[in-house]
Amino acid sequence: MRVGVYVCHCGGNISETVDVHEVASFAEGQPDVVFVQDYSHMCSETGQKMILDGIRDNRLDKVVVAACSPQFHEKTFMAAVENAGLSPYVLEIANIREQCAWPHFDSPDAATDKAKDLVGMAIAKARLDESLAKRTMPIGKRVLVVGGGIAGIQASLDLGDAGFKVYLVEKEPTIGGKMTKLSRTFPTEDCAACILSPKMADVPSNPNIELLTYTEIEDIKGYLGNYEVTVVRKPTYVDQGKCTACNRCSEVCPVKVPDMLEEGLASRKAIYLASPIAVPHAYVLDSQACLGLFPLACERCLEVCEPGAIDYDQKPQTLTFTVDTIIVATGYDIFDAREKKVYGMGRLKNVITALDLERMIVHAAEGNPLRPMGKRIAFIQCVGSRDEQVGNEHCSRVCCMYATKLSQLLKRSDPKRDVYVFYTDLRAYGKGFEEYYKRAQRTGVKFVRGRVAEVNGDSSGDKVTLKVEDTLTRRIIESEFDLVVLSVGLRPSRGSKEIAGILKLGEGADGFLQEAHPKFRPVDTLTDGVFICGCAQGPKDIPDTVAQASAASSRAIRLMNRGRYDIAPVIAFVHEHLCDGCGICVDHCPAGALVLSQTVSVNEAVCSGCGSCIASCPTGALDMHCYTNDQLLEQIRASLAGKREGEARVLVFADDQTTYRLADNFGTGKLSYSPDVRIFRVPSGSRITPRLMLQAFELGADGVFIGESEEKSSPFAHSVAAIKQNVAAVRAILEERNIDPDRVRFSEFVTVMLTAFVNQMNSLVEFVRAAGPIPDGEREMLTARLTEQRQQEAV
Amino acid sequence: MGADSHRLPYYPGCTLKTRASNFEATALATARALGMDLVEIPRWNCCGTVFSLTDDDLIHHVGPVRNLIRVEQMNRDGLVDGETRLVTLCSMCFNTLKRANLRMRERPGDLETINEFMDTEDDYEGSVEVVHFLELLRDDGFAAVRDRVEIPLTGLKVAPYYGCMLLRPGGVGIDDPEEPTILDDLLSALGAEAVYNHYMKVCCGSYQAMHDKYAVAGLVHDILSHARAGGADAIATSCPLCAHNLDSGQREVKEMHPDFEEMPVFYFTELTALAFGLEPELSSDPHYVSREHLLKRRRLPVL
Amino acid sequence: MTDKIVISEENEEFLAKVSEISGQVITLCDQCGTCSGGCPMVTEMDLTPSQMMRMVQMGQREVLDSKAIWYCASCFTCTVRCPRGLDLSKVAEALRQITLRRAVDYIDINNFPKDDLARLPQIALVAGMRKFTG
Repeated sequence: MRVGVYVCHCGGNISETVDVHEVASFAEGQPDVVFVQDYSHMCSETGQKMILDGIRDNRLDKVVVAACSPQFHEKTFMAAVENAGLSPYVLEIANIREQCAWPHFDSPDAATDKAKDLVGMAIAKARLDESLAKRTMPIGKRVLVVGGGIAGIQASLDLGDAGFKVYLVEKEPTIGGKMTKLSRTFPTEDCAACILSPKMADVPSNPNIELLTYTEIEDIKGYLGNYEVTVVRKPTYVDQGKCTACNRCSEVCPVKVPDMLEEGLASRKAIYLASPIAVPHAYVLDSQACLGLFPLACERCLEVCEPGAIDYDQKPQTLTFTVDTIIVATGYDIFDAREKKVYGMGRLKNVITALDLERMIVHAAEGNPLRPMGKRIAFIQCVGSRDEQVGNEHCSRVCCMYATKLSQLLKRSDPKRDVYVFYTDLRAYGKGFEEYYKRAQRTGVKFVRGRVAEVNGDSSGDKVTLKVEDTLTRRIIESEFDLVVLSVGLRPSRGSKEIAGILKLGEGADGFLQEAHPKFRPVDTLTDGVFICGCAQGPKDIPDTVAQASAASSRAIRLMNRGRYDIAPVIAFVHEHLCDGCGICVDHCPAGALVLSQTVSVNEAVCSGCGSCIASCPTGALDMHCYTNDQLLEQIRASLAGKREGEARVLVFADDQTTYRLADNFGTGKLSYSPDVRIFRVPSGSRITPRLMLQAFELGADGVFIGESEEKSSPFAHSVAAIKQNVAAVRAILEERNIDPDRVRFSEFVTVMLTAFVNQMNSLVEFVRAAGPIPDGEREMLTARLTEQRQQEAV
Repeated sequence: MGADSHRLPYYPGCTLKTRASNFEATALATARALGMDLVEIPRWNCCGTVFSLTDDDLIHHVGPVRNLIRVEQMNRDGLVDGETRLVTLCSMCFNTLKRANLRMRERPGDLETINEFMDTEDDYEGSVEVVHFLELLRDDGFAAVRDRVEIPLTGLKVAPYYGCMLLRPGGVGIDDPEEPTILDDLLSALGAEAVYNHYMKVCCGSYQAMHDKYAVAGLVHDILSHARAGGADAIATSCPLCAHNLDSGQREVKEMHPDFEEMPVFYFTELTALAFGLEPELSSDPHYVSREHLLKRRRLPVL
Repeated sequence: MTDKIVISEENEEFLAKVSEISGQVITLCDQCGTCSGGCPMVTEMDLTPSQMMRMVQMGQREVLDSKAIWYCASCFTCTVRCPRGLDLSKVAEALRQITLRRAVDYIDINNFPKDDLARLPQIALVAGMRKFTG
């Protein structure tokens, strides 16, 4: 075996604190190390070439790079190793910048000692690295698009045009979403329905798109390349193929109910066309309203339907299909203005929402505005947005511009109208927006800077009075208006909440679906193969929505187009000679990746690499590539090698997604913590078995800390429960031996809990220092006790 | 006292013992009629009337906390029936005591300091819930109130006036701060007609009566005129300071608006006592605007 | 006539002091005016409540000379409506306290007409003395 070690100065970032030469000479003394080099910028092209040349010239088969956190340049160095003809998985990184130079900048000696330990740990692990091949899995070209608004339509068309099979699922009877309700779009004032309807019509005519309207997602199981989707098609009681949309059924239908397309401002029949531009263009029977269905009292629609499309016996239909990737385009709901009680929505008849006004303007163009508009009209901005009192802190981004649009449409259609927009900040940030705002001002719309405090009605209910401060003149306005329009904000849709539950997607503080990275992965999620776009991700206007939808489809295509995708070899494997086929582990796998026949085998496509099965195996037959039991044990040994008399060591096993990043971020902030801590990067805290924890104590650790992503944001289902179980087992054994069980601790974290994490690490260090070292006699035989217990349990 | 009455600790406060004695008398009688015995806290002291709003001040919370300690003592001494709910009538006392109690809960360090400061008192354990009598009526169900009515207040149009201290701030108030209904619901249970008007939650001017009585009168005018425009012929409230401003403040309103039509003001408990048919001598009439004419016109007994 | 103002370290100190006494992060105020629009006393005030907040943000001590801070009736209407969750009644209280803690009272009960005093219930006297005197 021939190990090469590279030590990076990071242009002084590391070398100004850590004595890199001392680290390099330490590495030279380690077993199997045949080549050591240090350089100012290992990540540079020159640095990468040094790795390539070093491997070739010295016939290295293992490589250690001591540099910054693996989150920055692991991929760079892996590529260099691969270019030299080695497996990329024989590379190990010692994180001596975020974990040594930066957090311990004020104690260079401790930083250097810690750096030597980290390099020692990396060498110990590298010596046992397997030359694993890159793994790929087959992937098909099928996509589920959830939601048929403009985002879902755009994504479906992009994918369908590119030759991918699309299942577009929409819960309403027509696609088109909220955009079908709008009058015109800002800032260009296109007729919304006119630009939307051709796009809607393209959907059913695209041979690659299977359109499933009036359909709800019931369940989704599986993983990238193999998502099994179950949907339920609700009965429309009209054969969509036969219906010619002649409207005769609707004419004779005796039942009238509020039409929600018109926000309840008009009524429709029990059998109806969901929108004049509905796609599919077929009628739907509203089973809640129809007289004929239950009981059979009226069959008027059946009698007049010439093509015989009415079918009262339709039943809900469950469909299942498999897709490779999923795009979530579940849109938004508007804020329910009744929650903002001071504005009187629902109580005062002349207080309406902006969406009501959109419908009124659409119908006014045809001479029927649905209700009187009046002469004096006030818009109230930020209703349900930027308001802690209703629990929504976010800006809804579109309200400034839609009010700018609606106000000037009203003013232009009748210049005698007085139109006021009461705002806090007017945000005209988009292309053409400022010019459009100026146009509204030129039209004579008055923009008043003040957030309306309250809206009151008079006893007749005809006039409504606003109270507001004009903050630019510091005068209080108390004035009557004929109509008050609430510019309601956007909030996460009910559909988004449901799909987030099914796919375990994260939500931001504002409740909208969380992207994988706010800058560089804006449409990815942390679930492989699931993408988000449009207002499901956050409030945005139509062009941004369309851009994101195209981005999401392109990200999906990127995964599927090659026909295969790479997977990390960090997955469980079985030492077959140790497996006795007891099957205990099978139930411990949250992903269902373990299959029992004679012995257990691992379904490599399904294994998520959490490691929680390993602890469950009574014979020690389960293990994990890249983080084998032997590797972790040798790393632990190396982490304790430098411990001097009077020092303490707390080993922190940090999950890659959150806890390890927290430590990095702490380093980046040059915030210090105890140098007695040694941090291990593990895929999940559940990888650390009770045996490994006890081995750490046997080898001289004073405390063990496991950090894991908070349960709901962890990529590994049930890892938290598994860790709790493992920790409890270890604490029980320590207690038996009169070792304080509080030396083992576990916590869940989210990426913002920086101080909480460091306080907990420090407090464990203080605790073990106060408790003093564990007497040597008591450290022994801890794992033997575990084995004994396991054997008893097996009997 | 009936053996079956449930005994609860009760904090009267200064004004209930003097100017608003009719409020106390009618409230205690109402409670008794509903099987509740409101037991006055022994050795209670002034709550301070207004909750100290500064972050760095503790001394003004000592008074309220001392009253809460008495409630815990009453429970230990068996003076009440295992009741940690402290009943208040005056909206200002309610607000001050409740907020002081919340601050002690939210900031254990403050409680520790106050407990140490009052080293001759028992420590306050934080077990008390400060409630307003209206909450008690609501939570036991206004149906019980309705069942007890002997003389329905039919035809009496009353504008409920909530004021500030029953509703605000959030987390302290007993109802929605913008759309409260608790007084409306009580009035309906009594057979009266509750008249909606949005001035029901607008401040009456409060302690500005000490500073600028005409500023108060301006608000009183707006409040009463809106009630009148809505069809009300009386006001119901739960705060002795609101009652004072709304009633006595009408003198200045008259000065400023000679056409102003005066409107009588009731404590809500006066209306419950009236509807329950309780003894009229329970109530004196220290009011500025007489209620006699209105009650006679509605064929109701005169309090 | 428009006054020029100078922004100096003293302005920061004043803001810090009011923030500390009130416990409010006054820089969070985005001057939307919700407080002023609903303030029952605003017509009596020489500054609107949001103007008071602005002056504190900018560290302008002259806010202490305003009538507005004394006309606040601590009704908490602004408190339950502030979109930024600020408690303006605590800011007004802090401003009053800065004066009162220097043993400067806002009202003198000796100057109060005797018959007005006789009319007032205890609750008004106690509250008034708490708010207007140190």
